[in-house]
Amino acid sequence: MPHNTTDTGTPERIFIKGNEAIAHGALAAGCRCYFGYPITPQNDIPEMMSYALPDAGGEFVQAESEVASANMLLGAAAAGIRALTSSSSPGISLMQEAISYMAGSELPGVIVNMNRGGPGLGDIGPSQGDYFQSVKGGGHGDYKLLVLAPATCQECYDMMVQAFDLAFKYRNPVMVLGDAIVGQMKEPVTPWKPAAVPATEAADWRLEGAKGRKPRLLKSLFLEDGALAGQNRHLQAKYAAMQAEAKAESFLTEDAELIVVAYGSIGRIAKSAIRKLRAQGHKVGLVRPQTLFPFPGPLLRGLAEQGKRFLTIEHNCGQMVEDVRLSIRGIVDSAFYGHMPGEMPGSDDFLAPILDAMGGK
Amino acid sequence: MQADERLALADDEQMAFEVPDVLVDRATHYCPGCHHGIAHRLVAEVLEEMGVVDDTICVASIGCSVFIYNYLAVDSVEAPHGRAPAVATGVKRGRTDKIVFTYQGDGDLASIGLAEVMHAANRGERITIVFVNNTVYGMTGGQMAPTTLIGQKTTTCPGGRCRDREGMPIRMAEIIAGLGGVAYSARASLDSVKNIRAAKKAVRKAFDVQQQGLGFGFVELLSGCPTNWRMDAVKANTRIREEMIPYFPLGVYKDVTEGEGVC
Repeated sequence: MPHNTTDTGTPERIFIKGNEAIAHGALAAGCRCYFGYPITPQNDIPEMMSYALPDAGGEFVQAESEVASANMLLGAAAAGIRALTSSSSPGISLMQEAISYMAGSELPGVIVNMNRGGPGLGDIGPSQGDYFQSVKGGGHGDYKLLVLAPATCQECYDMMVQAFDLAFKYRNPVMVLGDAIVGQMKEPVTPWKPAAVPATEAADWRLEGAKGRKPRLLKSLFLEDGALAGQNRHLQAKYAAMQAEAKAESFLTEDAELIVVAYGSIGRIAKSAIRKLRAQGHKVGLVRPQTLFPFPGPLLRGLAEQGKRFLTIEHNCGQMVEDVRLSIRGIVDSAFYGHMPGEMPGSDDFLAPILDAMGGK
Repeated sequence: MQADERLALADDEQMAFEVPDVLVDRATHYCPGCHHGIAHRLVAEVLEEMGVVDDTICVASIGCSVFIYNYLAVDSVEAPHGRAPAVATGVKRGRTDKIVFTYQGDGDLASIGLAEVMHAANRGERITIVFVNNTVYGMTGGQMAPTTLIGQKTTTCPGGRCRDREGMPIRMAEIIAGLGGVAYSARASLDSVKNIRAAKKAVRKAFDVQQQGLGFGFVELLSGCPTNWRMDAVKANTRIREEMIPYFPLGVYKDVTEGEGVC
């Protein structure tokens, strides 16, 4: 594997795409199975895993469809293996069935979505149109994924390690939600070697043959009286406990009159716009959620209680803004600027919407 | 009566055959005359004879047999409808040292799961598939399956399946045999003692080729569904002989241990 410094743990920086950083991060995290199907703009991930995984003692399968990839992920998860699939929006739609089963059966796995424009075939450019699908469940039934949103190639690497740890900590699927911007851009990344995966990971539930113990069953079917209600209560309690994992980058929020809320690539572009406006003396700050579920609502609410106003910027027609408004409800509203999927945003595009929101005081 | 009392022998009796330990001693939810019980037992006997019970992972599918995990004491995972071969691929690629099998009906495997079974077979996944073909969707109440015979009446082809409207029934054992990664593909029937004995040999072979690392093992078992066929168990067995076997001929369609190997 070129540029692979992950095995040596040296702090040498490598210049790679976000997609490649995803693959490097997954390998460093101990990923041993990858299942996927080609789709732009994330093909660097399966391509890299196809030559890197066998050397790492793992298995790479190019599946017949995203339906199959996600079900292979389910199978490997049932065996307690750290496994990964990746795709982009239309492919992620096809995976929703298996993801729902994984959530219902409490199986850990990591799904990377390099979000592209939709609906339908859309385009192959960046978009944040899959926010709802990612954070509200996405398939049938009441369930949640943990959703991490990288804004840099380094975060692509770091969040893959975090994603595998969270998946096994909570026995829940984790989604890493990037987009065509962070997937395709190149930046210096410092690989690091996380602690080795303990051999006992998943030892109390994984399937490996019932030697010397009772057989285990991993399922999402609960027909007995009260059983499904009990499972749903258990899952909801788990999702509530996940709130402890909420994380966001705060930038110049202390003296800010207006808080821009934006995630992923758009959060980073908004940061550039905020720097320009700060240089002109405008008191504007940024909150960039790094976890989309759990959502850093308490952080936003705290800022609302300080009298700050809000503008949510997204690369879609208005999705995360609903969670922002829910977080600060009863105190203040959030303005919204949606950059239309299909058009590439630059930091200048955000200047006028931010000034508009500031002028409304 | 307790199980051990039931099994206690009188002085003039002798044990002809034992219940496999891996078969859980409980009443099943299957209808009278259903062949799932026999198919489960064949799998149980084969796993015990191979000595792999403690190294086996079962992938349950959707349909009446989703509850196979209530009757077979092995580690099990539930797959979405039709996806068992993909789930089994994931399990096996994760644990190449284990015996992994799916147990699927004809709606699950030959309709919604056709892509998954074809590609798992073509890749030569080292898994075994036990395919129970009773020409009907059982659990949902007897709708037309891809294997429903021409003229057969179901709740969704009340006038009988028509070739021009619904197409011909799919012959899976033959289709699977045509794929490169397959080590063994056979069709057997559970309608009679003679055929059940042949079926057990086929089930064994379908597991043997996995254990030997030769490729994909597939066995189709023609089975009765008296409830949804609206007939008694004896007539159901007769129907298998007179209507199913002529269209779904019994036999071994591929066996690489008898000739050329696979990759």
